[in-house]
Amino acid sequence: MDTTQISKPVGKPVLGIETSCDETGVALLRWEPDAPGRGLLAHTLYSQIKLHADYGGVVPELASRDHVRKLLPLVREALAQAGLAPADLGGVAYTAGPGLVGALLVGASAARAMAWALGVPAIGVHHMEGHLLAPLLEDDPPAPPFVALLVSGGHSLLVEVRAIGEYRILGDTLDDAAGEAFDKTAKLMGLPYPGGPALAKLAMQGRAGGYRFSRPMTDRPGLDFSFSGLKTQVLLAWQKSDQSEQTRADIARGFEEAIVDTLVIKCRRALEAAGARRLVIAGGVGANQRLRAELAAAGAKDGFKAYFPRLAFCTDNGAMIALAGAIRLAAGQSQDETVQVFPRWDLETLPPAA
Amino acid sequence: MNLLAIETATEACSVALVHGQEVIARSELAPRRHAELVLPMADALLAEAGIGRHALDAIAVGRGPGAFTGVRLGVSLAQGMALALDVPVVTVSSLAALALEAQDEDAAILAVIDARMGEIYAASYRRDGAGGLVPLDDERVCHPQALSLPDAAQWQVVGSGWAAYADVLRGRLTGPLQAADGACYPQARHVAELAVREFQAGRAHAPELALPVYLRDKVALTLAEQGKA
Repeated sequence: MDTTQISKPVGKPVLGIETSCDETGVALLRWEPDAPGRGLLAHTLYSQIKLHADYGGVVPELASRDHVRKLLPLVREALAQAGLAPADLGGVAYTAGPGLVGALLVGASAARAMAWALGVPAIGVHHMEGHLLAPLLEDDPPAPPFVALLVSGGHSLLVEVRAIGEYRILGDTLDDAAGEAFDKTAKLMGLPYPGGPALAKLAMQGRAGGYRFSRPMTDRPGLDFSFSGLKTQVLLAWQKSDQSEQTRADIARGFEEAIVDTLVIKCRRALEAAGARRLVIAGGVGANQRLRAELAAAGAKDGFKAYFPRLAFCTDNGAMIALAGAIRLAAGQSQDETVQVFPRWDLETLPPAA
Repeated sequence: MNLLAIETATEACSVALVHGQEVIARSELAPRRHAELVLPMADALLAEAGIGRHALDAIAVGRGPGAFTGVRLGVSLAQGMALALDVPVVTVSSLAALALEAQDEDAAILAVIDARMGEIYAASYRRDGAGGLVPLDDERVCHPQALSLPDAAQWQVVGSGWAAYADVLRGRLTGPLQAADGACYPQARHVAELAVREFQAGRAHAPELALPVYLRDKVALTLAEQGKA
């Protein structure tokens, strides 16, 4: 990514636009280094989940088409919430990757064109950087260095954050992402797309000790994940069972416990490897209640603190993009006038933010 | 008036500026590079005309049909500019802009864009004698062999659809072929000319209502349809 030095948007709100997959997110944020959450002026979101449910998964072309219809109304709504006009903006941030190329291009072009028209800087934001900075929007924001667990439908990453913009991938999934494993397992047991959240809800009714599945790749050193084998275990258990509602809930609970245990074990190892005492959780699976409870408990035992963004900022949103963008704009970084997106983009290649 | 027009629906990337009575334009055949070129082209035109962005009264865009990604790029850029500048957007058919590439004043015009997957985007027009167009049918996506055209004494054909399907299309014409050019594309200059008329006729949109026209709207099968297949 090319970055050039420009004048800083002192005190002016930054518009953040997220369109990397199936949510259109928009937010306005004024950069307040000591309490970033206080600078959040507005945020709006439109989820396309219903649109894609009929197709059993995200259809990239339909996602792009929906972003074009929804983006500007959301921008208007956010401006109205904050009582601002476009001319009040000091910069525009947009998700430049990774993600669906067509979907990314919608947000990037509209954002870049707005910045061009207003004569303010624009900044392309790494979607995962947005996620891992999202907990900064809460009270008592974590300061680097920390370890971040990014778990969503597309990612299962452990990242060491030495400073904002200085990232090292400690672990990644070798196959399915954690959220993907939830969705696919839900589908195997007949829950409609996207079944992950429904599976987690079902697990709450499951009985303890009914089903136990393996904790993949925890019996050897290393911080990588592999979740695809769990699916097969669940499928076999489900096929051999009486397939009653209670059994479905019991299996869901056993599955969720296996995923959560695995994530907790790897988080503890990652904290130890990085010598860090703060753990940041982000991504859609970060909304999982069992994961939150288990990590908080592990923290109390091991002496680390777990930081969670509010549920709305676990899943894709514009606020995290406005935040990451505002930080980089304040550091004097910005994009030239070409509209560039990166469907694949290595988090470790980002420049430091200061 | 001052109006900026963008056309990125096909292989050609172009931007035009209407400044008073004058139209100036930049255009490049640059498949896959449209996203880099539009804003620098717009800057060059504004500099040439000696006006700032805030002097623009409207943004115009070729809203398709064409390559989905290209159409959305143009529309999203136009939406973003217009929202920021608080001006309206005028949407123009990319097939109509293409039709203005036809040279003859009298022969009916078939504008046809290669839609890939064995199909074409097509519409036919005649000139109105005052620099504008009168549509002779509705724009549509179809197989070239299924193209049905209105009666006309003479035809001229423009667009990449001719380059791809000249033999088939020749057989679909309802009158003698007077001229054909398969190597021309919709241009922002023509989007701008058509947009000025639309703007003066009061047909401009709020930016959020400026939307792409894809024509090909069935892009995936639902689970129910996959079950039937």
